[in-house]
Amino acid sequence: MHEHDVIVVGAGGAGLRAAIAAQEEGADVAIVSKLHPVRSHTGAAEGGINAALREGDSWQDHAYDTMKGSDYLGDAPAIETLAQDSPEEVIQLEHWGMAFSREEDGRVSQRPFGGLSFPRTTYAGAETGHQLLHTMYEQLVKRGIEVYDEWYVLDLAVSDEPEPEDRSCHGVVGYDIQSGTIEGFRARDGVILATGGLGQVYDHTTNAVANTGDGVAMAYRAGVPIEDMEFIQFHPTTLPSTGVLITEGVRGEGGILYNEEGERFMFEYGYANNDGELASRDVVSRAELTEVNEGRGIEDEYVHLDMRHLGEERIVDRLENIIHLSEDFEGVDPLEEPMPVKPGQHYAMGGIETDENGETCVSGLYAAGECACASVHGSNRLGGNALPELIVFGARAGHHAAGRDMKEAEIPTGKRGDWEAGDVDTPVEPGDVPGTGAGDAVADGGAAASDLDPDELVQRATERTQVRIESLLDNEDGRNHAEIRSEVQESMTQHVNVFREKEGLKQALRDIREAREKYAEVGVADQSRTFNTDLLHTIETRNIIDLAEAITLGALAREEFRGAHWRKEHQERDDENWLKHTLLSWNGGSPELWFKPVILEGEDKRYEPKIRSY
Amino acid sequence: MSTQLPEQVDDESSADEVEPQPEAQERRLQKKRDRAAEQERQRQAEEAEKALDDEDTYHLKVFRYDPEIAGKKEPRFDDFHVPFEKGMTVLDALMYARDTYDSSLTFRHSCRQAICGSDAMFVNGSQRLCCKTQLSDLEEPVRIEPLPHAEVVKDLVVDMEHFYDQMEAVEPYFQTNDLPDGELEEQRQSRENREKVKMSTRCIWCGACMSSCNIAAGDNQYLGPAALNKAYRFTMDEREGEEMKQQRLEILEQEHGVWRCQTQFSCTEVCPKDIPLTEHIQELKREAVKNNLKFW
Repeated sequence: MHEHDVIVVGAGGAGLRAAIAAQEEGADVAIVSKLHPVRSHTGAAEGGINAALREGDSWQDHAYDTMKGSDYLGDAPAIETLAQDSPEEVIQLEHWGMAFSREEDGRVSQRPFGGLSFPRTTYAGAETGHQLLHTMYEQLVKRGIEVYDEWYVLDLAVSDEPEPEDRSCHGVVGYDIQSGTIEGFRARDGVILATGGLGQVYDHTTNAVANTGDGVAMAYRAGVPIEDMEFIQFHPTTLPSTGVLITEGVRGEGGILYNEEGERFMFEYGYANNDGELASRDVVSRAELTEVNEGRGIEDEYVHLDMRHLGEERIVDRLENIIHLSEDFEGVDPLEEPMPVKPGQHYAMGGIETDENGETCVSGLYAAGECACASVHGSNRLGGNALPELIVFGARAGHHAAGRDMKEAEIPTGKRGDWEAGDVDTPVEPGDVPGTGAGDAVADGGAAASDLDPDELVQRATERTQVRIESLLDNEDGRNHAEIRSEVQESMTQHVNVFREKEGLKQALRDIREAREKYAEVGVADQSRTFNTDLLHTIETRNIIDLAEAITLGALAREEFRGAHWRKEHQERDDENWLKHTLLSWNGGSPELWFKPVILEGEDKRYEPKIRSY
Repeated sequence: MSTQLPEQVDDESSADEVEPQPEAQERRLQKKRDRAAEQERQRQAEEAEKALDDEDTYHLKVFRYDPEIAGKKEPRFDDFHVPFEKGMTVLDALMYARDTYDSSLTFRHSCRQAICGSDAMFVNGSQRLCCKTQLSDLEEPVRIEPLPHAEVVKDLVVDMEHFYDQMEAVEPYFQTNDLPDGELEEQRQSRENREKVKMSTRCIWCGACMSSCNIAAGDNQYLGPAALNKAYRFTMDEREGEEMKQQRLEILEQEHGVWRCQTQFSCTEVCPKDIPLTEHIQELKREAVKNNLKFW
């Protein structure tokens, strides 16, 4: 068994920042990650980092824009924390040497982004995530922080008191991809999940193949509530053939969207008469798909994004990476022709419920970055707000886990007696995969913390995981995961996409149920212990099924139209009934739905919901 | 065959090392593995034959090796015939083959947009990122092998440890003693200077350059193009200051440093991010000479 003070799971932006923060606090910290850190998907982020750095801007304005962008489903304490902490965090990156784009006077450049009242998006060309990831990894090397890379975390060692709020997390179970060894990792002070996105739930996504939502699924099955899962962001400009992202920076710099008739539809069809192409992402995504659905799309599939008028010099200076992406993956030279684009799954606003210090209701368990939901983004994330989220909440989780005395959190976590219970009419029995043995609320421990010492708890979780792996390998003639995975992805893309309606959502639940039944017969054909990706993908597929179901259940429950969540039967934002978060608890394999109110009370003001007009 | 395979150990000892198990269970597993291997070969042969009838397929010849499984220990090439769609990349074809024909086919990949750097392989005799290589640009059969001059772990996966070690040897992190006063004050950097280091910051650690370098192949201690480029990124950054620059040049001037480069340009040729690696190394040599001249 390995032992550290703090174990960070995942090595993208949030994981790296969390590890550095924990070490700053004096903790012995280690990162366990299925990818080597420089391979993390943070590297694919393009546009930039929002931070109020300049005269004329303020953290209050950043917070206000974010709250408005969230369509009033963000929690003020989290949003204000993001806006307050990000300037310092961004300057810290600069002090660590990050290669930001520069102004004439040598200061870092900022540019306009959708939904922002000030050009506060700091950037490094159109490769901001790459620069950020590498800069933070460099700091990790400098500090000698231990990384178990290509170790896949399979489970959490959580005790099994009846109420999740009484449980505690003492470590994780890791699988060494190179050798096939399964080992326990004991965390004396805390486990921080920083496992990133879940885009692989869909078949057209900007997310990496590794983004299978492992952390969210593990926490969910260990009893931690997951929040606002129905809010999936679709990015309006992805390349049709691959899902590769074309940054919002293109529109920020003045790129224009055209339909097949050559009309600038954002204005001509009145989707966003104020902000046009720079309206927020949900608005632009719906506009594009409406054009396509009404027969004004190109090849009935996509629209055009034109940046030629910006001039070669400006494009090369600020968006050079886009030229390469468009050429390599779509065969289009954007200096000569407009780029084909369509909406694609991009970001999960929901995730593991945390407070503004990154802590969950299970003691010793934290989450940060895209896998978490402190509720910064509400129902729609503004461009340029994901990267500050990583560093701000990564740092806070790291500091807190390592014992820094932080201000007590204002965001409540866990289920409370006075929260409103939810109910959805589902066509099938949702829940656990029969026969996989992970139905218990607590995936592993098998005993309350008070009955066992923590080492033993981690040991039990490890043994249980070993049994699970053996049984997958034993069933070598079982079904192949790839078929099950692609059926889920296709159903989600068809039914739980930009546009949603009741019958489609129910169909998705039926499809997911079918996938669960097939998964009960899944097996691994590759019998090797060495680098067995067949086994890994089989385990990931289980996570995809659980998360697809959570997203669909949330979408079915939320009977209103808010942010990224559009419902055919409910075309109005309903503040009276729906200023509340959707929460799902695993509850022994039969998901339980409940709601908690949104916090609109900020430090010195209350955010009043207003109609969004872009 | 330029690929290096780790020394093979016999069957039982390798299984024992991985995880000690009761003998009976191990025998049972071994039998299962052998049977699986045999079935897989048969299925592949059938699939291959079926696919051959189809005109719109691409023919892949893929390197296979698994140190653990009887019947896969001897390196070989497997044939896959993959239905072709416009825009299909080598990575798409590999994923199709794996998901449809043989789930044990093993390779690294993640972002599929040329930024995570995990799917560099040796395709038709050249180091390339599979995700950004169009099948239609290649002659058939498309021969896919692991990166040369690296130890093969399994199939197309190579051990990257040596590469990572070389990267770390150049102190690959920003160092300055001269941070500006004021909490929210950034260090100024001229646009020209940012432009100068820009290309060097684009490295995605894919290892293609190192694999293509003849010198690195013969000298295991040579820092190699990727690490030298990383050093360039900091040496040329005006924010680190003169003192630090000299310290960095000392690291680069060591026996297995910049002077080993013989300007063969193979690294520059294969770099998927178009970084002028050879040029950067030459510039470091010039800086080193200038630095030494000062003391004469």
